[in-house]
Amino acid sequence: MLLLHRKKMSLSVSHLTKVFGQQRAVDDITFSIEKGEIVGFLGPNGAGKSTTMKMATGYLPATAGSIQVNGLDVATHSIQVRKMMGYLPEHNPLYQDMYVHEYLHFIGKVFEIPGSKLKSRVAEIIELCGLTPEQNKKIEALSKGYRQRVGLAQALIHNPEVLILDEPTTGLDPNQILEIRKLINQISSDKTVIFSTHIMQEVQAICDRVIVINKGEIVADDSVNNLLAAQGQSDVVVEFEGEVNSEDLATLEGVEKVTLIKSGIFRLKAKNGADLRAEVFKFASERKLSLIGLRKEENTLEDIFRSLTVKETVT
Amino acid sequence: MIQVFVKEFNSFLNSLIAYIVIGAFLTGIGLLTWVFPETSVLDYGFADLDTLFSMAPYVFIFLIPAITMKSFAEEKKMGTLELLLTKPLSDWSVVLGKFLATWALVFLALVPTVIYYFSVYKLGNPVGNVDSAGVMGSYIGLALLAMIFSAFGLLASSLTSNQIVSFILAAFLCFLIYMGFDSLSSFGGNAALFIKQFGIIYHYESLSKGLVDSRDVIYFLSVTAFILLTTKVVISSRQW
Repeated sequence: MLLLHRKKMSLSVSHLTKVFGQQRAVDDITFSIEKGEIVGFLGPNGAGKSTTMKMATGYLPATAGSIQVNGLDVATHSIQVRKMMGYLPEHNPLYQDMYVHEYLHFIGKVFEIPGSKLKSRVAEIIELCGLTPEQNKKIEALSKGYRQRVGLAQALIHNPEVLILDEPTTGLDPNQILEIRKLINQISSDKTVIFSTHIMQEVQAICDRVIVINKGEIVADDSVNNLLAAQGQSDVVVEFEGEVNSEDLATLEGVEKVTLIKSGIFRLKAKNGADLRAEVFKFASERKLSLIGLRKEENTLEDIFRSLTVKETVT
Repeated sequence: MIQVFVKEFNSFLNSLIAYIVIGAFLTGIGLLTWVFPETSVLDYGFADLDTLFSMAPYVFIFLIPAITMKSFAEEKKMGTLELLLTKPLSDWSVVLGKFLATWALVFLALVPTVIYYFSVYKLGNPVGNVDSAGVMGSYIGLALLAMIFSAFGLLASSLTSNQIVSFILAAFLCFLIYMGFDSLSSFGGNAALFIKQFGIIYHYESLSKGLVDSRDVIYFLSVTAFILLTTKVVISSRQW
């Protein structure tokens, strides 16, 4: 039963540890990803995201623990695993002096796509990644967004089952980020995708599930919605015209804590995620105060990320 | 391996590297063999190609490191080595592909000098009075020598991500194995011959007599294999 269960896993990482000299870059992490899942790998810089990905691709060996891709161990079946995997390394290295189609042709050959199919496959992938207008240019002549597309194209050329993308959107402008995200969404329908980022909106936009890693350890591994629900609190920010005593506000039902932001502006923290807006409104009308602002603030993934990663640093 | 070979060779041909290497080699060797009076075959008066075969190794000491200096160093610097080594290519196929591409380029530079042989052949009195076996052996020797130099060039390139360091180190290693042991042997006393046999000159001269001795060929092959193995180990050392 356990074995059967394991087979379904596209990527399973168990007790993975990587030590560089004195530093534990990755410290005993375990997770597995099912076929077809899109997982965001989230963490501050230097958390161990890239190291984990490099180990998953077999570029770096693990100090301890193992990684299996479709049931094959990365350490012992390195070449087979690499054939099933598409990898976009951090900073997207490319052969600058090659032409786009020449480069994709070369990568296709490396993946042993038979010569008869290679030409049509390269054309297909150029089309898919929106590289058609740029295909006859040298890579060094491309803009950053198009280079990123070339990077994605080389990762996709052999139609891999598992796609590992290391910070695919860093350094792009907002339009390009949206385009790359759209592209990832488009190609990921039948693939297992794991991609690292430190941009939270990205995770919200693309992922089913998020793994938050900090200082080499997993601090959260859940679906995006669960994470928001579990950690989510709703605060109410209220603004009055004129002075209000914060102690009066604290007596309101459901209020856990009142913080003074500026004179007349308070942040009310609710118990058990209750909605305080009605209470505050009643309070204001009873005392004939002019309420000029009432806003509910839900915790974003960004706050959760910060609380998870900063909390860990303190303890 | 073949994919890497084709890619590397194409990148030589698509950039200026191939043309500069071939152009510089042929111009230099051509001037030495036919124009400069001290070394010119025409002034020397004997129908042999000693100038070509004695000067070519010195040109190679600078030329081959120049070809190889970027092969790993640049890939390391640009990060493309990670790209290459996470594709289904073994470390060996990357090393061998690059090595063969370098060697093939040197070969390509060497081929046009066959014209020199025909010129000397025709100029001989009587026509054809040239040591053809010696020339043949020398060509084999030169090709094998280029093989060792290419391997050293790759090794130097794999050790650093700085192309200048790579070039100087490779030129030094090539110089050392070509002349170093020969010069050292003069201090060697009884062991002189033994030390001499570590260097290339001893085997190269033996081949240029026109006698292809298996011992010499094995020397070239085994030294190359050893250097390539070291290169492969350096590339794989990320796995430690």
